[in-house]
Amino acid sequence: MLDEIFLEDPVTQAPRRTFLRNTLATAVLVAVGGTGLLSPHRALAADWPKDAFTAKKLEDAVQALFGSGTLSPSASIKLKAPAQAENSAQVQIQVSAELPNVDAIAIFVEKNPSPLVAHASFSGAEGYFSARMKMAQTSDVVAVVKSGGKLYSARQNIKVTVGGCGG
Amino acid sequence: MATDKQTKIRTKTQDGVTDVLVLVSHPMETGLRVDPKTKEKVPPHFIQKMSFFLDGKEVASSDLGTAVAKDPLIGIKLKGAKPGAKLKVTWSDNKGESASEETTIS
Repeated sequence: MLDEIFLEDPVTQAPRRTFLRNTLATAVLVAVGGTGLLSPHRALAADWPKDAFTAKKLEDAVQALFGSGTLSPSASIKLKAPAQAENSAQVQIQVSAELPNVDAIAIFVEKNPSPLVAHASFSGAEGYFSARMKMAQTSDVVAVVKSGGKLYSARQNIKVTVGGCGG
Repeated sequence: MATDKQTKIRTKTQDGVTDVLVLVSHPMETGLRVDPKTKEKVPPHFIQKMSFFLDGKEVASSDLGTAVAKDPLIGIKLKGAKPGAKLKVTWSDNKGESASEETTIS
């Protein structure tokens, strides 16, 4: 449709059609660019908290993930996990945080080569998260809950007879 | 031949609380396991991100690592989700593979 408009632009003297098309194209580019649709394909690597997942010690993983290391043990965090893992490659854990405004829950296996197992953030869902995890050896599993800007934690020991990391 | 879906979502609502369970067929390779045939380490292949949307709005998002078990079973809970509401789960892994599955809250 724009192609059919053929006038001459008084300033640039470029055929009006071209001027209009360029302007429209630029306007569209700017509008779309603003929405982030043109940004490089959302690099998962950038979104994924690599430092937290590769940290070798629990406290470093917590620090990398939450930017803070201070954990307050809380009885309001309920962990449901077996005392002994039948299959250390498939250990179910459920974390229920009976705290107001739970922003996030993270699960760590303290003695795993890299303790951080998973991290969930909530923007509507309840303060609950469950997953199945691999455990390298008998270890405490630690749940860290972010609520109201503070970090709370709960831990439970799980016994393992045969390691589940395949290493 | 019917093929099993890779991503399955199960929801159960009781007393206003909806349990959501997502099961994905995925190797979740740590990168440490040695292939018994090739004697080589199997490269890491694991889901990194899984997100949950209720009627188009993101309600939860998770970062997963290699310590999540093979064929991950991930659970969240929702309060006040109305029957008929659409629940969508999306995930992507370190190799750039991704999937999206949707269900209706009953």
